[in-house]
Amino acid sequence: MELKKRKKDIAGFVSIGIVRITFSFLVLILLLLLGKIFIEGIGVISLEFLIDEPRNNMTEGGIGPAIFGTVAVTLLMVLFAVPLGVFSAIYLNEYAKDTFFTRIIRTSINNLAGVPSIVFGLFGLGFFILFIGKNLDEVFQTGLLFGQPALLWASTTLAVLVLPIVIVSTLEALNSVPKSHRDASYGLGATKWQTIKNVVLPQARPGILTGTILAISRGAGETAPILFLGAAFFLPNLPVADLCIGDYCIPMINPTEQFMYLAYHIFIMATQSANPTKTLPIQYGSTLVLIVLTFLLNITAIIFRYRFRKLLGRL
Amino acid sequence: MKETKIVVKDLNLFYGDKQALKKITMDIPDKRVTAFIGPSGCGKSTFLRVINRMNDLIDHVKIDGEVYIDGVNIYDRSLDIVNLRKNVGMVFQKSNLFPKTVYENIVYGPRINGIKDKKVLDEIVERTLNQAAIWEEVKDRLNDNALSLSGGQQQRLCIARALAVEPEIILMDEPASALDPISTAKIEELIHDLKKQYTIVIVTHNMQQAARVSDQTAFFYLGELIEFDRTTTIFTNPSKKQTEDYVTGRFG
Amino acid sequence: MEDKEFFQKAVNSKYAKKIGKHTRLKESLIKIFFAVNGTMALIFIILIFVFLFKEGFKALDHIGLLDFLYLDRPDASGNIERVFQWYPTSEEPRYSLIPLLIGTFLTAFPATIISTLLGVGAGIYLSEVANPKFKEFLKPMIELFAGIPTVVLGFIMLVVGASFFNDILHPANRLNAFVASIGLSFVIIPIIASLTEDALHSIPNDLRMASYGLGATKWQTISKVILPAAFSGVSASILLGFGRAIGETMIVLMCAGNAANLTSNIFLSVRTMTATIAAEMGEVSQGSDHYYSLFFIGIVLFTITFFLNLIAEIIINKMRKKNTF
Ligand SMILES: Nc1ncnc2c1ncn2[C@@H]1O[C@H](COP(=O)(O)OP(=O)(O)OP(=O)(O)O)[C@@H](O)[C@H]1O
Ligand SMILES: [Mg+2]
Repeated sequence: MELKKRKKDIAGFVSIGIVRITFSFLVLILLLLLGKIFIEGIGVISLEFLIDEPRNNMTEGGIGPAIFGTVAVTLLMVLFAVPLGVFSAIYLNEYAKDTFFTRIIRTSINNLAGVPSIVFGLFGLGFFILFIGKNLDEVFQTGLLFGQPALLWASTTLAVLVLPIVIVSTLEALNSVPKSHRDASYGLGATKWQTIKNVVLPQARPGILTGTILAISRGAGETAPILFLGAAFFLPNLPVADLCIGDYCIPMINPTEQFMYLAYHIFIMATQSANPTKTLPIQYGSTLVLIVLTFLLNITAIIFRYRFRKLLGRL
Repeated sequence: MKETKIVVKDLNLFYGDKQALKKITMDIPDKRVTAFIGPSGCGKSTFLRVINRMNDLIDHVKIDGEVYIDGVNIYDRSLDIVNLRKNVGMVFQKSNLFPKTVYENIVYGPRINGIKDKKVLDEIVERTLNQAAIWEEVKDRLNDNALSLSGGQQQRLCIARALAVEPEIILMDEPASALDPISTAKIEELIHDLKKQYTIVIVTHNMQQAARVSDQTAFFYLGELIEFDRTTTIFTNPSKKQTEDYVTGRFG
Repeated sequence: MEDKEFFQKAVNSKYAKKIGKHTRLKESLIKIFFAVNGTMALIFIILIFVFLFKEGFKALDHIGLLDFLYLDRPDASGNIERVFQWYPTSEEPRYSLIPLLIGTFLTAFPATIISTLLGVGAGIYLSEVANPKFKEFLKPMIELFAGIPTVVLGFIMLVVGASFFNDILHPANRLNAFVASIGLSFVIIPIIASLTEDALHSIPNDLRMASYGLGATKWQTISKVILPAAFSGVSASILLGFGRAIGETMIVLMCAGNAANLTSNIFLSVRTMTATIAAEMGEVSQGSDHYYSLFFIGIVLFTITFFLNLIAEIIINKMRKKNTF
């Protein structure tokens, strides 16, 4: 009986074997890929590499300005996307009744996540730069200031791109707060806003944070949409300007300037470098930095979410 | 006869098209325990939520009829619902403490009502935990997560939390149904103590519990109030056949 | 009940408190604030649509719809020749999207096939084969995999992958549709794998138990019961993966060679719609026909991916309804 059964299942044994091999193959490829980047890239990594400017027609030096630009753009992006996304999600989950209209919003948000990122670039150009920017220039008589590719418009465009990530994870987080906790709060005489502020949001915070981190990681890794929104090959100066109140000045990100971007830097160095073979170590180094950055962000998000789910599971 | 606290007149409630309460009329006396009994789905919880307007939070609920507390029509459009809920405390079937400390749970209500003084809050915590007969058990654990307490302690903490906003009426929806016999006994004892100060309405599936803790008992069936009388009468000499069948366990 | 005393109590009852104007105003203002944000999010979505189509349709002012398919022109001997070329910067500009569409499908399609084989396999492994503890660890790995920036994948394919395939396959062009499609697979495999895993995982355990109860082996259960039940979910994941492959820019820009060849040979350089926008938008002069035609490509891209996503979402929603009794 035992033997017979085994014999019959050779097909199954083979099939499951294939499934296992498939997965192992993928893991192997992934490890090779990451290993290659690590081995080739680790050599150039040093503090100088992370802070220095590119030198000698970009064949030497570091990636400091590209890192700065990435941080600046994603920072502004978060400033736009997170409040808008979180507030929208609060509206959808806490205030709006389930109507045809809200279902349309939800469907559109899901679909927005599938729009090719290059299309967001077109949108940024058509809407932010040529419509909003040009009109700002006209209204404030600033000459050509806002109506051209700049850090600000790269951030706003990326903000729209990551909006679905923020909204969807916030919705999930709000949804996971048990109804019984809201009932308890209302039962104690809290208003809707008090309930949201004191009961719902504190419990949803880790989930919202997870979404924010995922959004940053996505934004920092995007290249296509910013290609024509102000990402620059090389800039002698950081996009910084002094903001002065009276005599007191502090350096601030200048959102009207162009910027260097780590992901864009990799693309440019790999395809348009003056000497691609000589700069190969720099390319690997930059890639390693970008990968480590996105991995750290994603791992943080994963750990956050894991803790968050575990916490909820206990309630 | 005690004074009347709550008056309900011709109350109908619909969930969408489905009528869940039919022409309910009853007077609930002050500083007594009133029990609601009846088979599952007959509308006990729904009726309980009418009294503090928790049903307003559910979409598609339609209510007509009148409900008065102390002579005030609580379905008056200009009435402050939040103030109403503050003065009608509610304890739910399953403990729904917030994932915060014991202390923070108790002071949640007072805080949203604007009490900030730490001394006052401390006093409220001690008083209500004493009232809920749980002070001795948790006084050293005020800063522990409330969810680390046992089920019975959590439920008494829920009662203490409800008391902290100084309501006059306390609604309890099967407060002991998820508890072991000892914890249940403690809750019943507590209800007995509380009725000196509060008007208590309790939903229960447990007939003995209703008989033990309540002064009046209302029997609901399919959204209708079948019979409402002294508890002893309901259990020993009911006037309706349906009530008798139910309390003697012949259906439901 | 009619007793007067009861109603007289209302005069100084604490229940009689009227709703405060202040509270009501505050609560409604807060609600409006959130509603405005929600509406703004929706407006952005609509604006994407509006500005894309507004700019893209301007292309039709000077370029006919047919010109986006082909151009008829006389050749040297005076015969009319029909050309399918994308060459907008020429003296005699040609705007045929055919080579770009071919380039797009020649990269996206093989990528989807490769990713379906490997991704569905990986999904089955995760959901049905891997031990649950190990799975806890593997699922986040898939997510990390999915989070690798595409420029990194493009870079690796460019500096390592292209040479590797060049050495073993000797393709006509070093950078070609095949290399790009391998690169695209890296993006799509994790998508298909994790959505397949979701679909399989959402099949109620009863079904598995019933199958085992009837004496079926593990593989019989997977192939005859689980996979058919999850069929719609798995197909949705493939559609989403395909949409993603069509919309991906950096990998094809770096690895597909970017020559707008009209070919079915996967080992030749091709140029996709996304790469065309990416490569040309930076240099084109604003307001020119070329500029608007790039937006027009955007419309085509948007429309294709929109419908793929919509179909996938409809399938997924149907599946959800079916699985929740
Ligand atoms: N939110 C709701 N939406 C629609 N129908 C509801 C809702 N809540 C309750 N009902 C329906 O109203 C009827 C009364 O429900 P209710 O919860 O008041 O019964 P109950 O007597 O408390 O039952 P149980 O003893 O099981 O708690 C039931 O038929 C129930 O299905
Ligand atoms: Mg109930």
